[in-house]
Amino acid sequence: MEQKQPPINLFRLLLKTGILFILFNFAFIFVNVDALGRLSLYNRLFPGRERFPFGETRSSYNLSLYNINAMFASHVLAGAEKSSEEYRVLLIGDSSVWGTLLRPEQTLAGQLNARSLAACGRTVRAYNLGYPTISLTKDLMLLDQALAYQPDMLIVLTTLEAFPLDKQFESPLAANNAERIQRLITAYQLPLNPHDPALLHPSAWDQTFLSRRRAVADLIRLQLYGALWASTGIDQVYPENYERAQIDLEATAEYHGLTQPSELRGALAFEVLDALMNAADVPTLLVNEPMLISSGQNSGIRYNFFYPRWAYDEYRRLLASRAAQNGWNYLDLWNLAPMDQFTNSAIHLTPAAEALLADKIAAVIPMLCK
Amino acid sequence: MGLIQIAASILTSILVGALTRGAQRTYFLLALSALAVYWFQPALPLRSFDFWLPSLSLALVTLTWFVTSPPGAWKARQNLAGLLIIAGVVTFVDLSRYIFPEPVLTGTPTPPFLQYIIFLASIILFSVIFAFLTRRASSLSTLLLSILLLSILIILKSPQLSLQASIFFRALTDRPTATASALDLRWLGFSYIAFRLIHTLRDKQTGRLPELSLPEFATYVVFFPSLAAGPIDRAERFAKDLRAGFALTSTEALSAGQRLVVGLFKKFVIADALALIALNDSLAAQVHSSGWMWLHLYAYTFQIYFDFSGYTDIAIGIARLAGIKLPENFLAPYAKPNLTQFWNAWHMTLTQWIRAYFFNPFNRWIRGYKSLPAWAMLLIGQLATMLLIALWHGITWNFVLWGAWHGLGLFLQNRWSDFAKTRIPAANPRLQTALQVGGVLLTFHFVALGWVFFALSEPHLSAQVFSKLFGFG
Repeated sequence: MEQKQPPINLFRLLLKTGILFILFNFAFIFVNVDALGRLSLYNRLFPGRERFPFGETRSSYNLSLYNINAMFASHVLAGAEKSSEEYRVLLIGDSSVWGTLLRPEQTLAGQLNARSLAACGRTVRAYNLGYPTISLTKDLMLLDQALAYQPDMLIVLTTLEAFPLDKQFESPLAANNAERIQRLITAYQLPLNPHDPALLHPSAWDQTFLSRRRAVADLIRLQLYGALWASTGIDQVYPENYERAQIDLEATAEYHGLTQPSELRGALAFEVLDALMNAADVPTLLVNEPMLISSGQNSGIRYNFFYPRWAYDEYRRLLASRAAQNGWNYLDLWNLAPMDQFTNSAIHLTPAAEALLADKIAAVIPMLCK
Repeated sequence: MGLIQIAASILTSILVGALTRGAQRTYFLLALSALAVYWFQPALPLRSFDFWLPSLSLALVTLTWFVTSPPGAWKARQNLAGLLIIAGVVTFVDLSRYIFPEPVLTGTPTPPFLQYIIFLASIILFSVIFAFLTRRASSLSTLLLSILLLSILIILKSPQLSLQASIFFRALTDRPTATASALDLRWLGFSYIAFRLIHTLRDKQTGRLPELSLPEFATYVVFFPSLAAGPIDRAERFAKDLRAGFALTSTEALSAGQRLVVGLFKKFVIADALALIALNDSLAAQVHSSGWMWLHLYAYTFQIYFDFSGYTDIAIGIARLAGIKLPENFLAPYAKPNLTQFWNAWHMTLTQWIRAYFFNPFNRWIRGYKSLPAWAMLLIGQLATMLLIALWHGITWNFVLWGAWHGLGLFLQNRWSDFAKTRIPAANPRLQTALQVGGVLLTFHFVALGWVFFALSEPHLSAQVFSKLFGFG
């Protein structure tokens, strides 16, 4: 005979549910989500990405995440076993290197690879390690991880906007990797505050499952997007129409609160550039990347949306002098492309201008190899 | 239903199951379900339509109850209580604009009280006129109400008609018609509400509908766990659960909890993850190889199953906490060895509804045409049934193609079964196993290929996908 059950004790049910929920949540503090990023379907089930994951819309089949292990694990670099025939060149920089509005084959790395260059008797294979935020410290952080992949040459493309000390942690990628940044500050004795409030240190609560559910979901989404990357080759949205880079400019000559050339040096993180240039014992090429030189309204005051003329001229002078002092390999390509060869930003090139840039760099690579 | 709505539904079901008894439970479930009709309704760009459409749902439910119940039934205490609860909920939702600074129960602000009163008066007037005109012929009221429900359904399911309706309502309320869209009239749960109401109207005609009180009837039609995605229960079965004594026990809670966990995992982990890579209009053009196209098709095939069956599990779990045993809707459909068995295991309650109210009467009718050969009767019956199921999902060419695909499939499978019965030796177990496995694989792939029509919006996109799947694209 079926035994009749007593009605449920609602209080006990809710209490047990609450305790289990809290226990599960806090047990998650001991899970190393950062290390989980190394588990990847890329380069196994799916081809590695030609550039780092970055994107905010679902139709880009891509996403931005802060897990650097996961970013590298999804990159083609992580799956490319280096042969004795390969001359491995790593490209470091911002969105202009990553290739906003450019298909992978149109980016600088893609165009260098298409040229089938040879260096030191080996075939040049360029890897795109650009990431779409502008900060030298962010570049150093990515380079630091990239050194494990046996580069033969580094090419660092940069622009003045990557230098201001107050901008170093503005990149969310840098801000959300505080431990890595602090380690770099100590290792390279960088003039940056390791306790800057912009660097985000997760509290115990921030490490619970509830707080980190987005980070975990992002790791899974990154793997799923691998199928879309494999089947379509698409990793960003390519709109037919977009807002072109600004030509008519504000009549202001201020740059990050500065108005005088003499003030600029103290505001720039040249020490971070030093660290980038000396990070590896391989030939390193520094490139001052092309930028839009406007002939529109107020172009006598400013070159473009980013820079007043005085600040950029002073930056170029400082950069050239630093490169000469340190004996760096330096290419100043600031005025390489005409105004109409920029897309939606003063540093984003069209495929044709990207080809011009690739020609310039391709000519230097064989000369620098050792 | 989003996670917050599911969590609130679980909590309220536990409270109802643990704290209410007898008729009290029905009243609570009615009030909660009526509130859910508003809360689950997505915000609409047409002014206050996320209030008007749910209100119309409740009005249609009440009107249908009047039509299907004996004259004077409304005077009974419990029915007056039901009327009071429904009117109370609608009034409370409308008055919430004066209570809360932001809309709480609806996506956008509810209409001013005067407009609501005019609406209520119009509904009452319409009902009185309707009752007066059909007072001598109950079958006429049933017919008119069925036509009304079907007409609304056709408008909602047809993108062109929905767009025209939206333009009409926009013009009526001085809104720009240029931005009108077929999605302006997303009436949550109406497909299910309409089918439940038609079932009661038809069963009333045939004398199979038991007498139901208004609270029982209305709770059955708009029961909150099954409002958005079914299953389509039967009124007499649902009422039996409502009338049975129920107190939530730990065994019941555990069984409901297990069902909920399975459902939540299916829907929010598996289906939502697969949705990222499932076949869609964009991928139809973007995918460049056959192998990857198959992957996206498989992803869609499993996504639609886990999404829909996950929701069903959630609905069954929530309902069980409140003492209602909703019927099953899925029974491992992709593991079935033939298409007939697939349709007996996929969205079962819809199939049963269509079988009861369309396929069987249609078959009886077509058998009257003695000149038609048996195979033609079968073909017409299968095609008509599957086209009806397809059009219930939406009146578009791709749904028509999907329906035709399954109609033809069922016909061919039936012919093959007849052929195989006499020619394949049943005594050979190896052969039977091979046929069984082959049948599962074939049925699964037939269904998966059918989803190409279901998943995409236009026939030319489906053609593009088919050509890529088979290496011609």
